[in-house]
Amino acid sequence: MLEVFPTQALLGGVLIGISAALLLAFNGRIAGISGILYNLLFNPLSGSERNWRIAFLVGIVAGGYLMLPVEFELRQGYSPALLIISGLAVGIGTRIGNGCTSGHGVCGIGLMAGRSIAATITFMATGIITVTVLRNFIG
Amino acid sequence: MKRIIIALLSGLIFGAGLVISEMVNPTKVQDFLDLFGNWDPSLAFVMGGAVAVTLLSSRFIMKRKAPLFADRFYMAVKTSLDSRLFLGASLFGIGWGLSGYCPGPGILSAMINPTEAMVFLPALLVGGWIGQRLSA
Repeated sequence: MLEVFPTQALLGGVLIGISAALLLAFNGRIAGISGILYNLLFNPLSGSERNWRIAFLVGIVAGGYLMLPVEFELRQGYSPALLIISGLAVGIGTRIGNGCTSGHGVCGIGLMAGRSIAATITFMATGIITVTVLRNFIG
Repeated sequence: MKRIIIALLSGLIFGAGLVISEMVNPTKVQDFLDLFGNWDPSLAFVMGGAVAVTLLSSRFIMKRKAPLFADRFYMAVKTSLDSRLFLGASLFGIGWGLSGYCPGPGILSAMINPTEAMVFLPALLVGGWIGQRLSA
């Protein structure tokens, strides 16, 4: 359980919220990482539609880079098979479900969109079931 | 140009938030999802903090007719709940639990844990491509 108040988690969360609010207020866009990534990669876009998406993703990488190094110990020796199945499931799932933790969980719930609330409850539930199964019956 | 600067700034803040909050630590994400085991609730504060800001700010932002730098709000077209949404979200949750990576932290893992990113990221892109084909 919680031993100290998670100041960094809260601060990081507030920053993510501010980022989403900024993109919505100025550009009218949803800060959904999977949608931005896949539209950039798989859909033919005009110059301006392409450029803001590239700028957003470059910003994410640069913003993360500025906060490195991380304080936690890096995971080592994790099953490559699990990483592959995970990547495929996250990719397929976020594409056909139209969003991930950011688009549905942060932006969509903020807009009180029914689809996003339903999606977030669903992926939280299957995520919890998956980790429970993984840690008790597999890993 | 000003829209690109906003997108860059928004991305910068988002990326910083992902690292500061430790969403980029897949073990911590799995500990957060381990509700029936040794649950670590701290990441609930990430979503809590983010949603508190978006819930509050969206109410004011959406009162405007248009965003400050664009002619309209680009909102999701679909509003109905369909089986694709539940199937997709279910699959996403399974994948999220299996590794502890969702797309944003997955992208940042290229800098943080390249050994895992080399395996996870290509699979993520192939998965996205398959999902795109299935949606078409």
